[in-house]
Amino acid sequence: MQTTSDEVLIGRIANGDRLAMQVLFARHHVGVYRFVLRLVRNEATAEDLISDVFLDVWRQAGKFEGRSAVSTWLLSIARFKALSMLRRRTEDELDDEAAGAIEDHSDDPEVALAKKDKGKAMRQCLSELSNEHREIIDLVYYHEKSVEEVAAIVGIPEATVKTRMFYARKKLSELLKERGIDRGWP
Amino acid sequence: MNTANETERSDIEELLPWLAAGTLDHRDTRRVEAALAEDPELARRYELVREELGETIHLNETLGAPSARAMDALFAKIDAEPARKPVVSLNLGARIGEFFASFSPRTLAWSASAAALAIVLQAAIIGGVLLKEKDTGGYETASAPTTVSGEGSYVLIQFQPQANAGAITNFLETNKLSIAGGPSAGGIYRVRVAAKKLAKPDLDRVVKELQHNTVVGFVAVTE
Repeated sequence: MQTTSDEVLIGRIANGDRLAMQVLFARHHVGVYRFVLRLVRNEATAEDLISDVFLDVWRQAGKFEGRSAVSTWLLSIARFKALSMLRRRTEDELDDEAAGAIEDHSDDPEVALAKKDKGKAMRQCLSELSNEHREIIDLVYYHEKSVEEVAAIVGIPEATVKTRMFYARKKLSELLKERGIDRGWP
Repeated sequence: MNTANETERSDIEELLPWLAAGTLDHRDTRRVEAALAEDPELARRYELVREELGETIHLNETLGAPSARAMDALFAKIDAEPARKPVVSLNLGARIGEFFASFSPRTLAWSASAAALAIVLQAAIIGGVLLKEKDTGGYETASAPTTVSGEGSYVLIQFQPQANAGAITNFLETNKLSIAGGPSAGGIYRVRVAAKKLAKPDLDRVVKELQHNTVVGFVAVTE
């Protein structure tokens, strides 16, 4: 089976090929959606953002130079749009959402259960990380981005990528410890 | 441990997430694997990284997918855009890709058939030479002998990128595993671990055992 590469699709999109756009969208929209959803934490907003991301691809395809993978380029655009949208929100909105998103740890039967289910506890802690830490963990573990690619997406030096990932993992361990799960590190 | 060694260890520890995800280059992969082989504490921390990798994938995979509304909205916006003139891409890689993509499937099929025939002939010659030298009793691949039906217990496995075919075959044979599907995105295979449905504690135990094999990058229970 022959699969047209993302780079070829981008070339066709630059020439106004709607079908190529459909193929690229089908190939990447779930990954981009999940990346954005983890940042904005709202499904409707994430859906709006991904159509904006791919509209940018439609408009900017002629300028794509292939210096990074198309998926890396898509995540860069997605990140920029998600963070711009978050900045536009008022502080009240953020406070309300944060209150809804952060769980009360005390005497919660869920927490008691989570102590027994380490995997579940870790997934809860992953959701409680800051956006900065969450995005780097997702990019490395889920979106399979190299140090160089993460640096390009986030716009930070490669050395900072490594230390940020280290501190994100450290924070994750601290959150687990607060839930009674001591991993013996750091 | 002296300061230089501590710095080196700290540098290597920072790379563990990329080793687990299979996105390190060959040089760093060799460097980190050598350190892991010599340093039990570092190896223990690598297990923590692999736990994080598995749970991050699990978490993201439960996020679902966007509705058709996103695609409808996108193409409504695209339809509202002004028509554009064709542009010539400056990207050489894309142009070469477009060159091959422009062939009809029939042309490509003939080219591929010719290439495949050349490979088969080459393999036949090499095989003939080997058969003359050694009388083998034959072999079967780990996944080929049985027809994998829907029955049984399955796990998802992502092999280490540096694991070669021989090591993977040996791993499958030793553990009596059959590849039932894949690879899907991220190089993940669906692997049958038992012909009958195992109880969850038994399946968890199997997953735990498989996790320790060096060819395995990531393993998780699946339905």
